[in-house]
Parts: sequence; structure tokens; C-alpha cells
Amino acid sequence: MEAIILQILNGLDKGSAYALIALGLTLIFGTLGVVNFAHGAIFMIGAFCAVTLQRMLSASKSFIDETQTDFLGNPKKVEVPYLHDWFGPEVGQSIIEWSVPLAILFAIPIMMFVGYAMERGLIKHFYKRPHADQILVTFGLAIVLQEVIKAFYGANPIPTPAPPAFTGAFDFGALLGFDPNTIIYPYWRLIYFAFAALVITSVFAFLQFTTFGMVVRAGMADRETVGLLGIDIDKRFTMMFAIAAVVAGLAGVMYTPINSPNYHMGMDFLVLSFVVVVVGGMGSLPGAVLAGFLLGVLESFASMAVVIDLVPGINQIIIYLVAIVILLTRPRGLMGRRGVMED
Amino acid sequence: MFGLNSKDSTLLILVAVLALFAPFILNPFPEGSALAQFNAGYPDLMQRFVIFGIFAIGFNILFGLTGYLSFGHAAFLGVGSYAAIWMMKLLTLNVIPAIIMAIIFAGIFALVVGFISLRRSGIYFSILTLAFAQMSYALAYSVLTPITGGETGLQLKATDTPLLSNLGPTEIGRANLFGLDMRTSYELELGTWLFTFNTGYYIAAVCMLIGFYVSIRIFRSPFGMMLRAVKSNQQRLNYTGLNSKPYTLAAFVISGMYAGLAGGLMVAMDTQVGPERMFWTASGEVVLMTILGGVGTLIGPVLGAGMIKYMENIISKINDNILHQWFAFMPDGIEDFLVTIIHPFIGKGWHLTLGIIFMLVVIFLPGGLVEGGQRIGRMFGSGKKADADTGAADTKPAE
Repeated sequence: MEAIILQILNGLDKGSAYALIALGLTLIFGTLGVVNFAHGAIFMIGAFCAVTLQRMLSASKSFIDETQTDFLGNPKKVEVPYLHDWFGPEVGQSIIEWSVPLAILFAIPIMMFVGYAMERGLIKHFYKRPHADQILVTFGLAIVLQEVIKAFYGANPIPTPAPPAFTGAFDFGALLGFDPNTIIYPYWRLIYFAFAALVITSVFAFLQFTTFGMVVRAGMADRETVGLLGIDIDKRFTMMFAIAAVVAGLAGVMYTPINSPNYHMGMDFLVLSFVVVVVGGMGSLPGAVLAGFLLGVLESFASMAVVIDLVPGINQIIIYLVAIVILLTRPRGLMGRRGVMED
Repeated sequence: MFGLNSKDSTLLILVAVLALFAPFILNPFPEGSALAQFNAGYPDLMQRFVIFGIFAIGFNILFGLTGYLSFGHAAFLGVGSYAAIWMMKLLTLNVIPAIIMAIIFAGIFALVVGFISLRRSGIYFSILTLAFAQMSYALAYSVLTPITGGETGLQLKATDTPLLSNLGPTEIGRANLFGLDMRTSYELELGTWLFTFNTGYYIAAVCMLIGFYVSIRIFRSPFGMMLRAVKSNQQRLNYTGLNSKPYTLAAFVISGMYAGLAGGLMVAMDTQVGPERMFWTASGEVVLMTILGGVGTLIGPVLGAGMIKYMENIISKINDNILHQWFAFMPDGIEDFLVTIIHPFIGKGWHLTLGIIFMLVVIFLPGGLVEGGQRIGRMFGSGKKADADTGAADTKPAE
């Protein structure tokens, strides 16, 4: 029982990342009808927003301190972040340590701009072209973005730690009445899950309860009619692209303490999130979220030692296996709408 | 010639001549000159040109004719490679059985994957092939280690005792063709020029010519016409009472066999294989090659493969020092500025250059380099001879 709860918890954080990326992909597909292979790159750019903010905050002035000596006996060169000067050492240091949560605020305008620029600058010209062309051009864009990031930040993973307040682990075992230390779960992953749930809820609430969201939903159902009613639907869809970019970017920002960001993390997530989208059903938002969590949990169950002993290698292929079975038995995916990309 | 019309014969002969004289054509700069680093006429790179050319020709038979975009073709290349290396380890060091087994195994695997994947089309087909390829990659890396060698891959070792080859107890086998070592080269020195004629390259080139010929025949056959019909409107084809599945499946298996041939040849050249050959970015690379050269054209995939492999090997060799040499005639400030600007695009950044070129081609030249050549051809006089000319006009920048 403990093992099962632990695996469900383990699956949730990866599932959250899948669900957030897949949600963005589905938003783009459902509104604009574009298959966006650059979405993984957007996730990566989000992660590097966090890296950038961390670097900016810890920008330091260096001076030679006569009172201290280094190991050679010379006066020591000390680096002091500007924030220490401005806010005092304690407040300054804690601002630096909280750079990842702060990066959420930093990333939102950047990701909005990235999404807007991408849609207006490139994807707009590909609405009339076949899906294969869209896949190819966004695939090329993903390569370019990935290489640009590599040129600026290098090829090595860059550690971006979570604030020290969240570094510990939470003992679920004690909470649920099992033996202590049987189910322990890092705080940050808990936060990641809560954050993902918050973002997903707000996207759904935005679509459900605002006028803007209502128009967008109407546009997803029948673009032409909405256009005939005198509503500039293209402008709203562009905004949705930007929102989708923000969702993926925030997923990237919050993922940095779990996995140190590197330039190819986008490509690593891209394939899996596409699998998630088609399993959930192209164009179905709840489907994408459900499939994201489902596949995340399944993946962590498959990596249990018992299961691996039973079916060797299953942890490596479970997601693809599930995808193949679902695509062949349910052509629309789990919750796909009738008639949307059925063949 | 061989059942081809005159235009196709010209194209085939042109490719044959280019392949035959590639050691000359690819080595236009004398040894030791400043431009010698642009020479591509060394065996390793020339072998790659033709092997990836074969891979892309095969991919083009599927994608170019039927429009089915497979993102998992590297899996067939990998399966072919593994089959070939096991033939060399167990049976004989002669490359012919190895290559034949590579084609057969890749074909069987493609039959299984294609049978399942072709139940869907469009993006779902792409995802299905991608899923199969990633599964084979993950399995080759982990569970199948006894067969695939896992992370380290497989090489010919001194402990291998192929049945039909007499090897000394500690001798490491070398791939050969009836005793002709694949690695032997004849070097011809003409003045300051040095030309290398490599056995392995010519064997691979012969395979490519055969593959190219078969692909021309397929393009011009009723079967090829049927595949084009699948691309233009599969639904209408179904309404006329035709079942298109056998045709698409045949195209899928054929292109899988081409991939297997390429994999087998790779093993024949360097006698080693690792699972990273099957990773999905390797499948992405062949897509890039085909699109870059010109999808659905005969010569396009070969050009694309040549161009990408040339960039991979040559652009990645340029470094800042070389740039400084080139721009040495300019004032220092401008020189440094130019070097800083170009720096991200060269050396390790060649992927960036590739990505940008690829995007530009998809956006502005959906027909790839071949269409570019045709446009240039049309600009300079009659557009009629564009097709044959593009081969010649385009080969220059690609090589």
C-alpha cells in the first residue's frame, strides 16, 4: 500500500509537467489548428528564464578585501552581490534564494512576448499549409531556439536550486497513519503539483467564465461563424497562443529545481508531450490534462522493481506502448471530439 | 537504357559519373592551401554522403510519394546495422551476406511496424512510427543488451570467430569483399593535389547507384503512380474501390529496406554500431535531408544528404582562428566584430546554421534545393531543360 501511494505521488510531478505542456499544445492545436513542434523549446525557454533571473539577481561586484587573505596569503578577492548592498545581506540573500519563484513573474511577460512573436512572425503564414509543413517548420524553429540557448548558456546543465525553505521532504507516511519514513516526498515536487493544478484550473476558469474565453471557445467550435459575427477571432487566437506559451514557460520555470535545465530538455519533453496529446485526444483540453497525469503515474508504476522483474524494460516503453494501444483502439484518443483529426 | 527514358538515363548517368569521380570533384583545392579544409574528398565523409544518400532516397519513396511522414526511420537503420554486425561476428567477414541480412531484417521489422502504423494517417501515423522507434531505442539500450551490447554497442572483437573466415587467434577481423579490405585506399598524387580512392566508398557508391536506379523505376512505374494517388487524395482512391493499404505498406517496407541497406553499409564501413543510431533525432535528420534537397524529386534526397553531411563535417571544423585569417584584410575593429557575429554559427554551432537554412527552405522553397535550382535555371533561359540541369547546377553547392 505504501509503495502504491508513493508511486502515485512520484508520478504526479512528472505528470504535472506533461499535463502543462500538453495543455499548451492542445490550446494551440484547438484554436489555430497548428501542430507545434517548437512547444518543447518554449518549455525550455521558460526554464532558462529562471536561470537568467538567478544570474541577474546574483550579479556581483568584486573588490579586494585587505582584511582577508586567500590560501596563498594575498589579499582575498571578494564578490558581493549588488542585492546585498541594496537590501542588506540577509534580505538580499533570501531574494537570491527565492529566484525560482520570482522567475514566475519574470517569465510571464517574456513568454507572452515569445508566444506572440512566434505566432505573428512565423506560424501565421502556415495556417493554409499542410500539417506536415507546420511540423517541419516548427521542428526547424525548435532546433534554432535550442541552439541559440546553447550558444548563450553552454551545453552543461545549470543547477537552479529551490528556496531553502522547500528543500526538505514531507513525510506522508506519518500523515496517513503508516510507519514514518515509508512515504517521503520532496516539498518542491508537492509545490510543483499544486502549482500545476493552479495553472490548469485558472486556464479552464479563464476559458469558462470570461467573455474572452467564451469567444475563444466559440471560435474553437466554429471559427467561421464567429468571424461572420464581426469578432476579430484571429487576434484572440493569437492571444491564446501567447497564453499557451506562458503555460509551457511556467511549467519550465518551476521544473528547474527538479531537473537542472539544459538546452535539450525541450526536445526530451517534446516527444512525450506529443504522445500525451494524441492519447488525450487532439483538441481536447481535459483529455490532455487527464492523459498527462495518467501517463506520468503509469510511468512511475512501471518503474517499480516488482513490475520490472515481471516484464523487463517495461519502464522504458510503457508510455509508447499505451499510446500505440490507445491510438489503434480509440481513434480519437481518450476524450477527443468527434470529427477533429480523426484520420 | 535499362527501361528508362532518355531524361532519366541522363540523370542516372550524371549521378554515376559524379559518384565515380567524386574523389576528384570533392577535392578541388590543393593540399596545404588555405582552402584545403573545404575538401570533402576523404573516404570517411564520402562514404557518409552515399550512405545517407541511400537512406534519404528510401525515405523519399515513402514521404515523397505517399505523403506519410514517418518520424521513426532510424529504427530500421539500426535494425539493419545490428543484423549486419551479427552476420560479421558469426558467419563471415564478407560484407555481402551482412548487407543482405541487414536489408531482410529491416524489411521484416518495417513490415511489422508498417502494418500497425498504417492503420492511421496524418499526425497519428507520425506519432505511431515515432513511438515504435523510441521503443526500439529504449529496448536496445536496456533489456536487449545481450543482443545489442547496450550503451557500448557492438564492435568486431578479437574473440569473434566467424565460421567462414580464417582468423588468427588474436586477430581482429576486418570487413572485406572477397578478400578486398574495405579500408584500403589508393592515393593518387597529382602535383599538389592528393586524391584518395577508397574501396569502401566505391562499394557504397555502387549500392547507391542501384538504389537510385530502383527508385527511378519506382517513381515511373504504375505502382509509383498509385502511391502519388494516395498522396493527392486517399479518400477518393478508396471510393473508387481500391484498397490503398497494400500499396502504402509496400512503400513503407521498401523504404525500410533502403534504411536497412544504409545501416548495413555503415557497419560494413566502420564495423561498429550503437543504439544512438536509432534515436528519434536521427530519424529527424533524414527528414531534414529529404526536405532540404527536395521532397518527391529523384535527385533531391541525395543532394540534401550530401549538403547536411558536408555542413556537419566542414562547418563544424571552422574555428575563430580561421575566421581571423579570412578577415585579416579588414581593419581590426571590423574584423573582430565580424568574427564575433559569425562565431555562433560555426564550429559546434553548425546545428544553428542547419536549423536556419532548414527553416528558410521550408518557408520559401517548399520544393527544396531542386526547386531553387529550377528557379535559377528558369531565370537563365529556357525552363525546359531545368530538370536535368538542376542535377548539375545543384551538385556544386551541395558538395
